[in-house]
Amino acid sequence: MPKVKIPRKSTIVDMTAMCDVAFLLLTFFILATKQKPPEVLSVKTPTSVSSKAAPDKSILITLTKEGKVFLMLGDETKKAAIIDDFNTTRGLQLTGAQLAKLKKAEYIGLPVNQLKSALDAPQEIPASLMAGIPTDSTNNELSFWMRSVTNAYKGEDQRLLQDMILVKGDGDALYPIFKSVKEALKANEIFKFRIVTEGEQVPAGSELYKTGKEDKK
Amino acid sequence: MAEMDTSSGGGHKKGPGVKKGKKLSTRVDLTPMVDLGFLLITFFVFTTTMAQSTAMPMNEPKDDLEKQMKVKNSGAMTILLGKGNQVYYYYGQLMPETISQDFKSTTFKGIRELILEKKKATPIDDLMYIIKSDDNSTFKNAIDILDEMVISAVPPGHYAEVPMLPVEKMLINETEKANGIK
Repeated sequence: MPKVKIPRKSTIVDMTAMCDVAFLLLTFFILATKQKPPEVLSVKTPTSVSSKAAPDKSILITLTKEGKVFLMLGDETKKAAIIDDFNTTRGLQLTGAQLAKLKKAEYIGLPVNQLKSALDAPQEIPASLMAGIPTDSTNNELSFWMRSVTNAYKGEDQRLLQDMILVKGDGDALYPIFKSVKEALKANEIFKFRIVTEGEQVPAGSELYKTGKEDKK
Repeated sequence: MAEMDTSSGGGHKKGPGVKKGKKLSTRVDLTPMVDLGFLLITFFVFTTTMAQSTAMPMNEPKDDLEKQMKVKNSGAMTILLGKGNQVYYYYGQLMPETISQDFKSTTFKGIRELILEKKKATPIDDLMYIIKSDDNSTFKNAIDILDEMVISAVPPGHYAEVPMLPVEKMLINETEKANGIK
């Protein structure tokens, strides 16, 4: 019987193609990941079952754990208008250079009476040392800021503005601060806004869970 | 590609006295590189999808004192948020005679069941949850209770946030003291 010769084949596989694909995907994901803006204010938001994604462009009111309130004007097209409006309506009389500096700042977190000196200071004040925007009922400066915001958006689609107003708070912030923020918004006829939360699964067996299932059927 | 032809195919032949240089393969083992590549891919895939924060809608009523809603006692459940993630609740109105029995405390774990129970026992038109937050409760509590309403599919307009009455504040303080909640 003739012997059948089985040709010996190498078990080494050419990895080049696989490597190419891997790195192609890697580059794609690195580029596709949106660079999160560096979080200067560390806030741990509560969770909710809401599945709507928070918009990127927003007017964000942040409440920190210590009860400080910061305002971030995320809409670059209106930022200058809002700050100019605030300057004139509150009679701050900021100089051109001071205004320019304020417009460049990522967030506003100082009471009006400290704003000027902070803008003149050569160094920026870190967020941890900022006092936050006062929101107490006697001196609710946040409501003045929100007035400037509504002024800047006057004549435009108000629903767009509603979608943009976000409140982001640390879970450990005490309720009265949140209440005063709501007051500030209410004072400017803003009754609809949104709260930034961390997504959460709908608990199994709950009413919402059941209705959600029926919708899918 | 990663391999290169190293065999001296049809090159000129060297003389007999010339030593041949050792031929080293230029083939590189790419397995670790691929491993690393995929590891990084997995990392990026996970980070992109998980960092998404969500937005919860919030509707505030207009402060219109004349248009205050009248709520049926039989359909009302008042939920009070206190210190240390404690939840207190009572049905209808607090009566001075039965205050100690009506005013009950629970936690966020227990409140879902109670909300649901009330929802099932009450005709939908009468149903009203009144939420009151104590000054010592946190932002998280306020969001959590609104979220509970959504989870239990309470239709909008059947729950509202209302400022707390002094009596209720006092009751919470007393219960907290009795339960040793700081």
